[in-house]
Amino acid sequence: MSTPSAVCFHQVTKKYGDLSALKGISFEVEEGAFFGLLGPNGAGKSTLINAMSGLVIPTSGRIAIQGFDVQKEYRQTRRLLGLVPQELIADPFFSIRELLELQSGYFGLRGAQQKAWVGELLERLALSDKSDANTAQLSGGMKRRVLIAMALVHRPRVLVLDEPTAGVDVDLRRTLWAFTKELHQQGHTIILTTHYLEEAEALCDKVAIMQKGEVKALDSTQALLSKHHYRYLRVTLASEANQLIAPLQARLVEKESNGLVFKLEKTASLSQLLAWLHESQLEVTDVSSRDASLEEVFLDLTAEGGSDAK
Amino acid sequence: MQNNWFGCWALFVKEVRRFYSVVVQTVFAPIVATLLYLLVFGHVLDTQIETYASVSYSQFLIPGLVMMAILQNSFSNTSSSLIQSKMHGNLSFVLLSPISAFEFYSAFVLASVVRGVVVGLGILIVGVIGFDLTWQSPLWVLVFAILSAAMMGGLGVLAGIVSDKYDHLSAFQNFVIMPLTFLSGVFYSIHALPEFWQQLSYFNPFFYMVDGFRYGFFAQSDVSVYLSLSITVLFLILISSINLILLNKGVKIRQ
Repeated sequence: MSTPSAVCFHQVTKKYGDLSALKGISFEVEEGAFFGLLGPNGAGKSTLINAMSGLVIPTSGRIAIQGFDVQKEYRQTRRLLGLVPQELIADPFFSIRELLELQSGYFGLRGAQQKAWVGELLERLALSDKSDANTAQLSGGMKRRVLIAMALVHRPRVLVLDEPTAGVDVDLRRTLWAFTKELHQQGHTIILTTHYLEEAEALCDKVAIMQKGEVKALDSTQALLSKHHYRYLRVTLASEANQLIAPLQARLVEKESNGLVFKLEKTASLSQLLAWLHESQLEVTDVSSRDASLEEVFLDLTAEGGSDAK
Repeated sequence: MQNNWFGCWALFVKEVRRFYSVVVQTVFAPIVATLLYLLVFGHVLDTQIETYASVSYSQFLIPGLVMMAILQNSFSNTSSSLIQSKMHGNLSFVLLSPISAFEFYSAFVLASVVRGVVVGLGILIVGVIGFDLTWQSPLWVLVFAILSAAMMGGLGVLAGIVSDKYDHLSAFQNFVIMPLTFLSGVFYSIHALPEFWQQLSYFNPFFYMVDGFRYGFFAQSDVSVYLSLSITVLFLILISSINLILLNKGVKIRQ
């Protein structure tokens, strides 16, 4: 018998009046994956992950966490899932430690072992010094760490992070990256939504790109990058380029004083580009080539009428 | 499906700790405000208004004021906690946990009963010490205190669910709870009212809670204590059923 996937979406739709926030989403996230859910604002990412956690009730379709139905078997799915919400939520009545202990209680967890785990979370997320501080008085970065601790208090198998590094400084971003990597290595399935595409490229082994409530692309990060039809060539010139011939102008994506960046079809030859540069009477001093980044793939896919890499 | 009563207990404890953390505002202030009613109305009207035989107006007034405090504070506890949690977003901490709609509702209502009874007890102690108040049937006093607090806690949950902002809750409090409380016989026996207002009082569920509670002190009431008990229980079941349907469907708390 095959092991159920960590998360399975089957024909999930969500309508708010006339607006379709999710239009029949179907895909699976494998057990132990580090999965990136990307898309522009309003793509439906948060709606989808809130539907996983039960904060949003889908209009139709089914979501299962490790085989358990999110609606019918919510007690099991909520024990399996930890959600770090996008909004910086606080409770002005309680300190960090009190909140973590109360949250443990909601899951029916208590005793010395749970107290020790709460202590470990506080330590690991550098919150020990502030454990008695009121959550409403914390900085944004601190609140974000508290939310991560809250999501981990019941040791969930699947951790969902909705824009965890939005608005946090570089140091904290790196700390959070290291922490989520560590959780992944320990066997947790991680689902991450982010606007920082370099973050998704560095962390995620599989990515889904959503737009307007639909999945536009779903593949491993490497496959998605290699499927991209273009590469980027940076050309350094001896002097500033005043005029370019039409084929070069059509492929130009960036222009600096003595440097030009061209977006070139992977099938196009480098000698052809050099020939066009020669025709434009430009002296080339250096040429470097690179593949598309996830950000460029993302922009290409989410542009109106962009190519579908699904 | 397995129950999560420890989770329910944790939520109850959280709700009690929430109001205890601002005890001056949630307990002492309503006790003092209610005692001011007693001081002013009791002093001015003690010889003016006739109530039951061998019962002074101040003695008559105290159970009414105690019940008024229970009703208002039980309602406030659930309604303000829910609306604050919705506005701050921290309600999602509970919604993400494996607590069922029934466990969620029970925890909120039980905490509201605790607050209502604590405030009521504070006023009652002053009444017993200062006004020589005794009770004929402590069991009726206890039954009506708990059932009425639970009903109002439930009504507070309903108001908290349907309200989108503090303004909606304030409207509910000022245009529904306050008039029904003041017109429930807290300050008078409905037999002292003109016929029309007397008849109208029978449609006010709060009247039965005040009247039944008062019966526990004086063994006298405007209507049968069993009728009062039946109507209080009926409203508790009705409000609880509506709440459980809304909570199970996630109306206004899950999108």
